[in-house]
Amino acid sequence: MIDLRDFETKQIVKNPNAINDHGGAFVTPNTEYVIEGPQYSTPIGWEYAPIEDYAEKYRGLITFWKFDRVKGRVDPSQSFQIELPPYWQDLCDAGKGPSEGWFFCNSFNTEMATGGIEEGNPPFEAGTAKNDTDFLHIIDWKKAEEVFKAGNTENINGIEMIRLPTAVEEGILYFTPEPKSPHGADVTPGGEFVVVGGKLDPHVTIYSIDKIEAAIAAGGFSTDPYGVPIIPLDNTMEAQVELGLGPLHTVFDDKGYAYTSMFLDSAVARWTLGGPYAGKNPDEPWKLVQKLPVHYNIGHIASAEGDTVSPDGQYVVALNKWSIDRFANVGPLLPQNFQLVDINKPGDQMQLLYDMPIGMAEPHYVQIIKADKLQPFEVYPEVGWNTETMSVDPNAVTDPSQARVERDGNTVEVWTVVVRSHFTPEHVSVKKGDHVIWHLTNIETTRDATHGFAVPAYNINLSLEPGETETVEFDANQAGTFTFYCTEFCSALHLEMMGYFFVEP
Amino acid sequence: MGVGVRSGDYMNLLNLDPDVKVLLPDGSARRLMDYLIPSAILMLAALMLMISMFVPYWHMSLTAPQYPKGLYVDVYVNHLEGDVREIDALNHYLGMPKLDEGGRLERSISIIAVVVQGLLLIAAVFVHNRWAAALALPALAFPFIFLADLWLILYTYGHSIDPQSALGGAIDPFTPPLFGAGMIGQFGTVASAGPGLILAFAAAGVVLIGLWFHRAAYKPIVDARNKVKASTSQAAQA
Repeated sequence: MIDLRDFETKQIVKNPNAINDHGGAFVTPNTEYVIEGPQYSTPIGWEYAPIEDYAEKYRGLITFWKFDRVKGRVDPSQSFQIELPPYWQDLCDAGKGPSEGWFFCNSFNTEMATGGIEEGNPPFEAGTAKNDTDFLHIIDWKKAEEVFKAGNTENINGIEMIRLPTAVEEGILYFTPEPKSPHGADVTPGGEFVVVGGKLDPHVTIYSIDKIEAAIAAGGFSTDPYGVPIIPLDNTMEAQVELGLGPLHTVFDDKGYAYTSMFLDSAVARWTLGGPYAGKNPDEPWKLVQKLPVHYNIGHIASAEGDTVSPDGQYVVALNKWSIDRFANVGPLLPQNFQLVDINKPGDQMQLLYDMPIGMAEPHYVQIIKADKLQPFEVYPEVGWNTETMSVDPNAVTDPSQARVERDGNTVEVWTVVVRSHFTPEHVSVKKGDHVIWHLTNIETTRDATHGFAVPAYNINLSLEPGETETVEFDANQAGTFTFYCTEFCSALHLEMMGYFFVEP
Repeated sequence: MGVGVRSGDYMNLLNLDPDVKVLLPDGSARRLMDYLIPSAILMLAALMLMISMFVPYWHMSLTAPQYPKGLYVDVYVNHLEGDVREIDALNHYLGMPKLDEGGRLERSISIIAVVVQGLLLIAAVFVHNRWAAALALPALAFPFIFLADLWLILYTYGHSIDPQSALGGAIDPFTPPLFGAGMIGQFGTVASAGPGLILAFAAAGVVLIGLWFHRAAYKPIVDARNKVKASTSQAAQA
């Protein structure tokens, strides 16, 4: 959980049963739940099971983390999981409007391939791509919540889980085919349709929530080996639009256009939605309108407020995985490339505006919202702010006169005041083997007056934003004379902002 | 259009109770209004002084490239407001004392002092001789005393540089300007009078006007009394 008042991580929740995920975080329309999609199926609860037991022991898992809006934290005690067949469920999206209460995930290993290239078996890349279709997972999360609240669950490693037979019995889980090794499941702004990219199929397939609900009401399904009902594609599909090679993710604007990232084509495909969206632009519904080359190998794509019910429609950003020749060569590790695309004009008038190198790992899900929807802190509200509890820290020291060092047995506790351009105290002495608890308060109230605190020999490096209190604990196991110093160029006397840390042998 | 108002009515508004006269000891009569005017003016001056306590007397703004919104300090009669903390943090490099350390005594007694000045002005309304001017004297002198004291505080700031501070050894003692622009390091400073000080000066002006009307009203009474006293003693001698 990242708090958008200071853009800092407030909570990391460990999933006790799932070992990996791809579709990291999706939210229901009112953030009732933050949903952690799965990725590669494994035995539940990090247990050992040989690959030969794949069909029996390996499982997919989707986690509904309850979000406490008041606290801004996930509440694991109100969260639950649903056991799924081992089909490598991947990327998901929550329904909204007419599809509110549903949740959709694509999957790409209904073949249940188990790999083993070294033993002459087909590698995963081939084994998982054998079938013409995989399954779009359709999950009734409102019903799942009822089942969880009714206690029809099993507690596994401290979290309640709806087991697969229960999910089938209660009508929580349905499948419908999706071609081929698909990617993404993106709900249109009005919630009427779900768009799935074909990846190895040149189409995007569009499913209608009306058709899905009608088919579920009609009943009479075949099932997969785990008993999950399969709704035929003909009964759920609204349209297919041929876009080209490698369609992955789809985002939307306010003019009835959809934008799909085309990985193999290295392009953004603009196409028209039908149904209630027809007539919002001059183009014919369910048709490809323009393919704009991007540079290169686009993966994810973001449109301004595109995941909301009212997309902004000014810009799309292409999140390209390769940049090749777009920037000065800085050696074999290249930056990724974000490209800003103007989508204001209808028809084939999309225009590439700007390249921006991203020096971090592969860019994934991105949301664009209007900046004035956020009111981040300029400095922390009070001096001595604990950024984890979001309140004043009991160990804050707000004036140099309160700075001190106290010893209690083998524990030495230090309260340090940090301000331009000095630490108080500047000499800290402990004995080898002492346990050191060091509290530091940056008492600055001026915007951008950030200080750092580094004791490199002890692998300690803190950033102290204006008003922030931090605590670091370590064992002083190495005797010697060490330095600590500020690591943010805070003032003309920044280099002078240092102190000595003595560890007596 | 509408109901016409004759100019005499306006005069009556300005001249309260025109049918009431004040009879002086020598038998001459004067308008009641002549006595109400100085009272009202002196009370107005007292009110202006009271209001001035709630607004800044002196303002200093500082600009530097890394402070796009600038810094400022507002000096009230009894406290400081603004970026005092940040200005202190910057001043510590020069070894200058904290802003809060200047004029502590003055700030602690200022509210009582200003209230007393106001009460003395109201007392002057009831003193109908030249001693009224003596009662008004503190209010007349107050803005000048404030400025002189502020200059002394600024002088003390600029002449209390701690030679042990980072830049203290490199700076000659100085007095920050009471008004107008100055330059300290990369900081441009502009000092100006605040609405409180302007009100205090205006109150002093109003006091002078009030005293003029006060004299115009009450000197004839004193004179008449003297005249009667003289004629009584003449009659006694006769």
